[in-house]
Amino acid sequence: MGQEEIRGLLPVLELYLSNPLVIMMLEILLIFIKVVVVTLVVFSLPLPLTYMERKVAGHIQVRLGPMRVGPHGILQPLADMIKLFFKEDIIPSKADPWLFRIAPVISMVPVFAVFATIPFGDKITIPFINYEVSMYISDMNVGILYVLAIAGLSVYGIILGGWASNSKYALLGGLRSSAQMISYELALSFACIGVVMIVNSLSLVDIVKAQSGWHWNIFYQPVGFVIFFIAGLAEINRIPFDLPEDEGTLGAGYHSEYSSMRFAFFMLTEYVAMVSMSILAVLLFFGGWNGPSFLPGIIWFVIKVVLCIYFFMWTRFTFPRYRYDQLMSIGWKVLLPLSLLNILITGLIII
Amino acid sequence: MAEQIFFFIFAVLAVGSAIAVVSFKNPVYSVLSLMVCFLQMAALFVMLRSPFLAVVQVFVYVGAVLVLFLFVIMMLDIRKARMDQFITGGNFWAIGLLGILIIEMILIISKSRLTSITVSSELRLDGGVREIGEALFTKYILPFEIVSFILLVALMGAIVLGRKELR
Amino acid sequence: MLLTYLPVLIISGFVIFIATFVFIINSIVSPKKPSSEKLSPWECGMEPIGEASSGHFKIHFFIIAILFIVFDVETLFLFPWAVVLRDIGMVAFVEMFIFIAILAVGLIYAWKKGALEWV
Repeated sequence: MGQEEIRGLLPVLELYLSNPLVIMMLEILLIFIKVVVVTLVVFSLPLPLTYMERKVAGHIQVRLGPMRVGPHGILQPLADMIKLFFKEDIIPSKADPWLFRIAPVISMVPVFAVFATIPFGDKITIPFINYEVSMYISDMNVGILYVLAIAGLSVYGIILGGWASNSKYALLGGLRSSAQMISYELALSFACIGVVMIVNSLSLVDIVKAQSGWHWNIFYQPVGFVIFFIAGLAEINRIPFDLPEDEGTLGAGYHSEYSSMRFAFFMLTEYVAMVSMSILAVLLFFGGWNGPSFLPGIIWFVIKVVLCIYFFMWTRFTFPRYRYDQLMSIGWKVLLPLSLLNILITGLIII
Repeated sequence: MAEQIFFFIFAVLAVGSAIAVVSFKNPVYSVLSLMVCFLQMAALFVMLRSPFLAVVQVFVYVGAVLVLFLFVIMMLDIRKARMDQFITGGNFWAIGLLGILIIEMILIISKSRLTSITVSSELRLDGGVREIGEALFTKYILPFEIVSFILLVALMGAIVLGRKELR
Repeated sequence: MLLTYLPVLIISGFVIFIATFVFIINSIVSPKKPSSEKLSPWECGMEPIGEASSGHFKIHFFIIAILFIVFDVETLFLFPWAVVLRDIGMVAFVEMFIFIAILAVGLIYAWKKGALEWV
């Protein structure tokens, strides 16, 4: 096509692009692309994370961790995934077949649905078309409440996984794990309310923008951050709070009857939940993508999230686990009053 | 146009799962259908331009009340006691009554103003959290405090009921 | 404005699609050799005793769930309050203080009656 034909097409293209229906179609297409990119990236995150966890575990315990598969054991998670993929998928005879199949999927959907509101950075402009692309899939004005509500849905996968296996250990593990999760969800919500009080908005993008220029919320809400961290650990069932999946006594709890890819999905859910909890901590307390301007915002975001994930793993290999009744009393008798006090004191200071 | 398609999908799913709640024999399946029904209602709230109510619906109903239902169902041995206590026979009268109620409801709705109400599409642009907050703490203080009393009474009631087992 | 809520549906659908896809491939690829030992539920290497759901009723779970509902409703009243606190000022703070105090009385009652102990 010659130059003249292209120039002749430009007015037609402009007319086409200013049609509101076409604009909406383009927006929907953009949303689709963002959803696919984010989902695929998050789906493949547990692979490097399992490797990181085993290396961190190794070095904290003065040993080397995986070293054989590939240089320094880098291909280890790939080997694990291939092994899990080819294992036999056993469905116990007394298990409820439909619920048994649905439970891993029900467990996975909420942890991914959280990523619909998470902002990874501010708007960037694509140079040639001069179009602004926002680095989040959507900015809901009830953002933080949506995240908490969806986190509440993640209890269902555990309850149904424990029930569908129709084995006493799985059921008991599932019920105890879900009771723990709902207890700590309250403290988590109250810690988030402290942040909302300072920022005056529920939208996650507003929360991050209000922290620009070193006004990070961790300086204004230190107690809130500690409560959020502890409650977050309990929400995702990690040590020191993972008694319901305790390998020693309960035989891996609610997923003891699962094998092969269904088990892999439960593990995947746990790692993605850890990622989303660290991302929330970074967004709410550490300023999100704000940082000195020699690096773009999203790089700062990734650095902070990786540091937070490392912190989660560090606590895992440092502390012993709590007994179940100690765990519940911490949730109700310590964290809940403490977070209520935090809210009241923050309210007093604001007025 | 697209809104109407979505509305129909959500409405059909909501009614279908509500019927499924009372039709399943396995109580856990009933609770799961109820969860689907509540999620469709949350979607309908979003379509009515009220995302705060939608998220509240998910947060409280799906996240708390249904968890309570599941706990109770899973701990009582409901698998065995399923259908033993239901009245067998007598379905004829139930279906007849249902038919009369359906006809009555269709007549009432078609004569009311409900079918001509449309949602004005630019009514609220920000989800209304701020408006709800301002209304709640200026005009509706008294119902708000009464809600706290209701919650307190519910809490005490549950503990009193369970007190014998706690010993 | 509704377009901001569409991604929720898209993500859920996409994740369910990927999950089903992986399961289908997995069922094609993995071996299938069921034996009676593999199919029975695990109980320390012995045969399981009794039905899985018999004799497990612990009132503790029920009380925790009800406590959770009550405080959940309290949480969702706190959210609009947190957003408008700066605009309304001391009046809203006093009202919420009364609200939280009443529910704190409930929590203390539960504590004293031993509802938070057990299991």
